[in-house]
Amino acid sequence: MLRFLLLFSRQGKLRLQKWFTPLSDREKKKVIRDMMMLVLPRLPRTCNFLHWKDLKIVYKRYASLYFCAGLEDQDNELLALEVLHRYVELLDKYFGNVCELDIIFNFEKAYFILDEFLMGGEILETSRFAVGVSMEEADTLQETMEEYMSKPAY
Amino acid sequence: MPAVSKGDGMRGLAVFISDIRNCKSKEAEVKRINKELANIRSKFKGDKALDGYSKKKYVCKLLFIFLLGHDIDFGHMEAVNLLSSNKYTEKQIGYLFISVLVNSNSDLIRLINNAIRNDLASRNPTFMNLALHCIANVGSREMAEAFVSDIPRILVAGETMDSVKQSAALCLLRLNRTSPDLVPMGEWTARVVHLLNDQHLGVVTAATSLITTLAQKSPEDFKTSVVLAVARLSRIVTSAAIDLQDYTYYFVAAPWLSVKLLRLLQCYPPPEDAALRSRLTECLETILNKVQEPPKSKKVQHSNAKNAVLFEAIALIIHHDSEPNLLVRACNQLGQFLQHRETNLRYLALESMCLLASSEFSHEAVKTHIETVINALKTERDVSVRQRAVDLLYAMCDRSNSKQIVAEMLSYLETADYSIREEIVLKVAILAEKYAVDYTWYVDTILNLIRIAGDYVSEEVWYRVIQIVINRDDVQGYAAKTVFEALQAPACHENLVKVGGYILGEFGNLIAGDPRSSPLVQFNLLHSKFHLCSVPTRALLLSAYIKFINLFPEVKGTIQDVLRSDSQLRNADVELQQRAVEYLRLSCIASTDILATVLEEMPPFPERESSILAKLKKKKGSSKLPDLDDVRRSVNGSTDHAENTEATETVSAHSFTDKLNLNSTPSSGPSLLVDVFSDVSSPAATDMSEEHFPRFVCKNNGVIYENQLLQIGLKSEYRQNLGRMYVFYGNKTSTQFLSFSSAVTSSDILKTQLTVHAKTVDPMIEGGAQVQQILNIECLSDFSDAPVLSIQFRYGGTLQNIAVKLPVMLNKFFQPTEMTSQDFFQRWKQLGAPRQEVQKIFKAQHQMDSDVAKAKLLGFGVALLDGVDPNPANFVGAGIVHSKTTQVGCLLRLEPNTQAQMYRLTLRTSKDSVSQRLCELLSDQF
Repeated sequence: MLRFLLLFSRQGKLRLQKWFTPLSDREKKKVIRDMMMLVLPRLPRTCNFLHWKDLKIVYKRYASLYFCAGLEDQDNELLALEVLHRYVELLDKYFGNVCELDIIFNFEKAYFILDEFLMGGEILETSRFAVGVSMEEADTLQETMEEYMSKPAY
Repeated sequence: MPAVSKGDGMRGLAVFISDIRNCKSKEAEVKRINKELANIRSKFKGDKALDGYSKKKYVCKLLFIFLLGHDIDFGHMEAVNLLSSNKYTEKQIGYLFISVLVNSNSDLIRLINNAIRNDLASRNPTFMNLALHCIANVGSREMAEAFVSDIPRILVAGETMDSVKQSAALCLLRLNRTSPDLVPMGEWTARVVHLLNDQHLGVVTAATSLITTLAQKSPEDFKTSVVLAVARLSRIVTSAAIDLQDYTYYFVAAPWLSVKLLRLLQCYPPPEDAALRSRLTECLETILNKVQEPPKSKKVQHSNAKNAVLFEAIALIIHHDSEPNLLVRACNQLGQFLQHRETNLRYLALESMCLLASSEFSHEAVKTHIETVINALKTERDVSVRQRAVDLLYAMCDRSNSKQIVAEMLSYLETADYSIREEIVLKVAILAEKYAVDYTWYVDTILNLIRIAGDYVSEEVWYRVIQIVINRDDVQGYAAKTVFEALQAPACHENLVKVGGYILGEFGNLIAGDPRSSPLVQFNLLHSKFHLCSVPTRALLLSAYIKFINLFPEVKGTIQDVLRSDSQLRNADVELQQRAVEYLRLSCIASTDILATVLEEMPPFPERESSILAKLKKKKGSSKLPDLDDVRRSVNGSTDHAENTEATETVSAHSFTDKLNLNSTPSSGPSLLVDVFSDVSSPAATDMSEEHFPRFVCKNNGVIYENQLLQIGLKSEYRQNLGRMYVFYGNKTSTQFLSFSSAVTSSDILKTQLTVHAKTVDPMIEGGAQVQQILNIECLSDFSDAPVLSIQFRYGGTLQNIAVKLPVMLNKFFQPTEMTSQDFFQRWKQLGAPRQEVQKIFKAQHQMDSDVAKAKLLGFGVALLDGVDPNPANFVGAGIVHSKTTQVGCLLRLEPNTQAQMYRLTLRTSKDSVSQRLCELLSDQF
């Protein structure tokens, strides 16, 4: 199970934070700081895994963004790496060649997409097709609903 | 600004974000935010009712501001209003805001729960999913209480849509993690297991996660899942990729589901049924075979997914630890990966091999890779990979290769990264001790450690080398010679000075025959380091000097001159000054015999688990996210501290042993006798002394009684329901005590609960001497009274009567118990009957220091469980009280409130009298 997922830029700006276990604000800040301190200075082509306290850290850099996940001891690192990749694919699919700015300006969408395929730190839906569908559905639903609601009531 | 046209752009929000990004300074940003907050506040307060769109936009802006790291103290109500909107996007934003910002004790929780309840009942799958997501995201206890009975129903109901089933399964999993006691087991469990047969692979994946978590809690209830999981797995690994369509990920069939099924199987032992077992073995072999096949894609995603399944299969093989054939194949596969060009794979191979090394079937196979691993240590560019290599070397070490491995680790240490040096030092120290055939090698290794990485050699390491040298006659001479030689180096680490001072102080006589290391040479060598050392080391050296006076009368004059010098006698540090004064005085007035007794060689330490190992365990595991570093100080640092402050009347020579933190060292006298020289006169004997009694609740050794004539010291040790107490009677006068007798008496009730058998003591105690009495104690059942030690003797013609309440308390028969937080809560709940729980709220009598409290609780006898209580300031402990008739499990929780200077202590045990007594004992300690 994932404990947290962080997206931050090379300059150390946090772009998205998702916590799957309850932590106090102070603890969250500490985790964020530690993750940036651990991950940002690492050289390219080093391995994507680290140990931190009793967690496994899996991270990967996509363009200017670092995707960084904290895993429990028994979790599978390689698959977590693919969880990150899958998330990037979904963002890509939704925004069309996603960039950091998309995530800044549409942060709420980035959270929604994440919720579509992760829940409580576990993978919810692994089929790329199904997740895409439910995002599409949500978008159409919103339109039809809004159309429906804005119809004058007689 | 990116041109996203998907969904609904909120122009105002985009403009605001853009403004913030354009701010040149933090101040400008804060200013812009405050302006926006004022704007939103006025909009929310305004008379005009806001339409849904504006409400959504403003709530979203607030969320953005919060995520930037600013506090938000309004807008919650508006967000809650959005939940009941019929527009999907409004509802979605409302839920997002609640998930990120909700405060579980908020007044709004009732309103939120209502909205969730409505959505759950709406039969609209999209709304239901939003509601389930919100429950999972917040995951608070209140929410669990409100919905934990609905969710299983939704999960197994026939008409529920697949996507909702998936969410319901994971939502339940999430609640089970935070509030396992609330999740009811029931007839739905059987139906959940059958979800493993579901047509929809997404449902199966989610259900497998849920079942894995629940099976850890109650394996019996989910035993049937094994058959289904094996069947499912077998279908996946043998399937052609087409069956699984969109669940095929880069040409790998359902990697997520495969890994989860393999995880689920790791909750159980190998299947007993032969057919099932061979089917599973077949699956595992197929997975191993597939790795050898040429890759279907060059993409890294393909190989990652494929190898993820492989590593999980290997984890299962290791877990079963029953098929030598598979274990060896796994090991060979990992061996290939050790040289793979992908750093990730090398890292994981090293990590998995650590586990294989502990299996008897594969240990030898792992050992064949030793050269590759050593090479990794030398050549890997990435420190995290090198660290795994160190771990693996440590795991594969045994008697046959220990010298090679220790040598390699030592040589790596010279260049190792600072971040991992301390751990390597601990590992080397443990291996050297564990596999030492001759202890000269051990001593050499540790001294090398100090030479190479002195700063990273923690106290435990040098304490341990001293314990071992003291306990083994055969190595003492060698140790003395070696440290003497090592100290010759022009610059040597302070830790070496400590070890050297201690060892020469004890065993310098063994090498004094050689004129090159004559007493005076030894002393001068040690003293040449003195001025470069810190206070604790100097204190230790002073103790070594006084030991020298005893060992080598010929240097007495030289040492006395040193002690007498102003830099010692008037040292600004009170501890150094006191030692100098006391040692000087001792050397002047005590006869050779007394000196010899006081400064006798240290007795052997009792065998016990290496404190280094304990430290390594602590470094590795335990502790959740918050500061681990703080924990490290506790045991050795603060217990000493607590004892030292309490025992101000005992003397400084004491800290020679105290420093080693060995509570159960048989006493050799000095601590009791040096007080001969103090002029402190305590009041005359009272009828029954119990003033020191409470001090012994959390510790076993110390002075229980003292007046002008007599000092009584105690050392005690307990194991299960048995205890042994050494009572030391020190005659503080210069005249004999005659007709000395001491006996233990108990009340009638206590006699049925506790037996204390006292050995007889010598009826005469010479002036200045000390005798020892042994008490054997057995706990028959729980008790609350304490036995009394009655002492009688003649001193100068008058009969003296002294009665002392003996500190034998119920908690002495504690055995600490480690348990997971899940077990803890389960048991906590089982002990929920009103009389089993005793709670006390009381004012702190001492300063509220968390480390001291921790040390006290450990001294009390329970195991402290980290990470169980959501509030890290609270303490949670568990232990078992052993008596002859029963064992009583005990859970405790101590909640400090530093603001109010109060504590709340809660104890739950299966026996009310035990809860009561333990609470009384412990609550007086804080």
